[in-house]
Amino acid sequence: MSDTEAHSVAYVRDTMMPQQPAPAGETGAIRWLRENLFSGWLNTVLTLLGIFAIYLFVSHFYGWFLHGVWEANSIKECRQIIAERWGPDASGACWAVIRERWHQFIFGFYPPELYWRPILAFALLFVAIGPLMFQFVPKKVAWFTPIYPFLAVWLLWGGSVWGPVLVLTGFVLGGVVFMAVARFGSIMAFSVGAIVTILYFLFAVGPLISLFHAMIPVGLESVASSKFGGFLLAITLGVGGIAMSLPAGVVLALGRQSDMLLIKTFSVIFIEFIRGVPLITLLFVASLLLNYFLPPGTNFDIILRVMILVTMFAAAYIAEVIRGGLAALPRGQYEAADALGLDYWKAQRLIILPQALKISIPGIVSTFIGMFKDTTLVVFVGLFDPLKGIPDFIRADFNWKGIYWEPFVFVGAIFFILNFAMSRYSMHLENRLQREHR
Amino acid sequence: MTTAQDASGPTGFRLSQLIYDTRYRSITIQIVVLFLVMAGVGWLVDNVIRNLNDLGKDFNYSFLWQRSGYDIGNALIPYNNDMTHGRAMLVGLINTLWVSFLGCITATFLGVIIGVLRLSKNWLVGRLMTIYVEVFRNIPVLLWILVAIALLTEAAPSPNQYRVNAQTGEAGASMVLESVAFTNRYTAIPSIHFDRTLGSLDTALAPISLDFLAIVIVLLGSYFVNKMLVNRANRVQEATGVRPPTLWKSLAIWLIPVVVLLFALGVNPEEPQLKGFNFTGGTNVSNAFVALWAGLSLYTAAFIAEIVRAGILAVSKGQTEAAFALGLRPSRTMRLVILPQALRVIIPPLISQFLNLTKNSSLAIAVGYLDLRGTLGGITLNQTGRELEAITLMMLIYLVISLLISGGMNIFNNRVKLKER
Repeated sequence: MSDTEAHSVAYVRDTMMPQQPAPAGETGAIRWLRENLFSGWLNTVLTLLGIFAIYLFVSHFYGWFLHGVWEANSIKECRQIIAERWGPDASGACWAVIRERWHQFIFGFYPPELYWRPILAFALLFVAIGPLMFQFVPKKVAWFTPIYPFLAVWLLWGGSVWGPVLVLTGFVLGGVVFMAVARFGSIMAFSVGAIVTILYFLFAVGPLISLFHAMIPVGLESVASSKFGGFLLAITLGVGGIAMSLPAGVVLALGRQSDMLLIKTFSVIFIEFIRGVPLITLLFVASLLLNYFLPPGTNFDIILRVMILVTMFAAAYIAEVIRGGLAALPRGQYEAADALGLDYWKAQRLIILPQALKISIPGIVSTFIGMFKDTTLVVFVGLFDPLKGIPDFIRADFNWKGIYWEPFVFVGAIFFILNFAMSRYSMHLENRLQREHR
Repeated sequence: MTTAQDASGPTGFRLSQLIYDTRYRSITIQIVVLFLVMAGVGWLVDNVIRNLNDLGKDFNYSFLWQRSGYDIGNALIPYNNDMTHGRAMLVGLINTLWVSFLGCITATFLGVIIGVLRLSKNWLVGRLMTIYVEVFRNIPVLLWILVAIALLTEAAPSPNQYRVNAQTGEAGASMVLESVAFTNRYTAIPSIHFDRTLGSLDTALAPISLDFLAIVIVLLGSYFVNKMLVNRANRVQEATGVRPPTLWKSLAIWLIPVVVLLFALGVNPEEPQLKGFNFTGGTNVSNAFVALWAGLSLYTAAFIAEIVRAGILAVSKGQTEAAFALGLRPSRTMRLVILPQALRVIIPPLISQFLNLTKNSSLAIAVGYLDLRGTLGGITLNQTGRELEAITLMMLIYLVISLLISGGMNIFNNRVKLKER
């Protein structure tokens, strides 16, 4: 067959043609442009619109950023300098306000000579959360984590060292009692431990603090809550609220999933009530109503009051996120834990919660981001948040009257960096904890 | 055999079983918790009573029927300062619902566009939308509201600057599309005017415009007639396999009656005109409202965009391919296969975003828009000094709004839930 074919064909090429380069439109940048930007009339229109939007944005703000003035003492001076350098119609940013007042944006009215204390507290925060967040931190550092909250409170507010030490002692005492009674059963141990701790806080802690302070007066200079402001306030509220709301949220979520009708009802009422009202109303409760709900004559710190309400708020949201995680867990996990003979708390601690929390990580982090953003609302109960409280205060100064955009850009950028970092970290954590599809 | 039963017989109950026996333990725990909660609530109530006594106050809502004495700039129902605090509260509530309603619509509109564009194969547009979403999601909504109000009050021209200079023939500022004027005091927009108006119906709450009522009735009528048409088409299709064309009939049913009615009423937009120092003719919307609306919409749109994107990505490609394999056309594939599945993923978080937007509308405090918090929880509270009553009532109202929305969501969820075995 092949012979006849070979004879019947007039010409057969017996060498390969040399390879041609791909057509110019199908390679390199041109191909990329065609595929990604101009693959049809709709895409072309979209691309042109996008370029137009970028052009509008750049042409409006390019000059403003480029003509920024850093060295000036008032907005008037800024405008003069800009007019001299770039002509009378030029617009320009007056970054001088940031240069002069950056410390108020960051620290509020915290005494400048004590700035090392919030900075140290912030640095130690990373030591405290390091073992939880990053794998390369040695696990031994974890003993520092439970001590950190007390240390941070002492560093930030100052006062006698015995306050935080003795409060910490109270919790240690409760733990020791719990261990001692543990062989009589977990419920017994928990109730006895809790009662001892509460009694200690009600009756012993106050006298003990004054006693110890009289004997060994060690302490830092006190800083009143009214001196807090700016990002110091936002981060204090955010970190404090996050730290307290996570355990509270876990408890509420377990309560809502509980078989016990009463506990479930109370949890549902609490969660739905908190989630149903805006945070602002809760902040008003903190500033106006909390005094009604406490014994006459009680008056405590506004930051603490706000933090309690912020914690309740975040706890309700976290409870719902964790409930989602608990519900997503296959029924077999619960049954397996029962089959192993684990009691409720052991099953939760060893089997259910580690998996449920892992599923809930994205939700928990976005709740935290939301809460950190919401800390700016404290301006409406008279605290100096970085977004409105501090800029309003600065604008009250005649030199900086009418300065709006520079504080917005500065504060917005810091919020963006912090929140963006948090959301990226949660993605990283999700990947790290991924156990399937290895 | 009988001796073995004795240990668990009725006489064998020991007190320690309350703690160690799982049958009784949960009851014990619940009773203890009930007592603790009741004690806690009792303590709080007792404190409130003692504090009120100390202050010489009582707890009653009679202030709601007293004269309010303050004005509200943007009341949607008739209101003046001779009316009661209760009426002011109602005005505030309606303002809250109004800005939330409009915000939800614009945020959904923007969010769907941004979410779809973020998925587009266009590299540039995809990146731009990613930047939009990340920037708006990671910065507090308060900043966006403050930026919007600062833009309007600081950067917008005064009404005067819209005046055309007689010599040069130029104005300092020009209106958007010849009909909307942003000024540093208010935003002037066109209003709708009926040449042959039907008048309005006075009710205790607010006058109802008979013109709008007529339009709504006609639209409802069109809806039902159209539904009958579609049902009939479905029946014919099931019986014969051939679907009678409905598109033109549907369009006619929707459009013709309402156009005829609008023509009969002589509807025409009334554009704002600069008279003296101010715009008249149209409606002047307060800048506080515009800023709040814009801030809430832009912020929530970023979240909705992510929800839409996740919903579309959640429908696997195999679904589209299977629909094509069955011979469905792309439009019907979208309508019958993709959307029902994507919407099931999208709707629940979307509604919780609506809920968030409604709650965030209380940030009206930042721009001075008098919503529920501004009236009941703001001026009324300060004038009457009744913090406890005002704030509890305000929280209750917000709670009811939230529960209504989430109740609606649950009903919807149950309707679209996949029916599993």
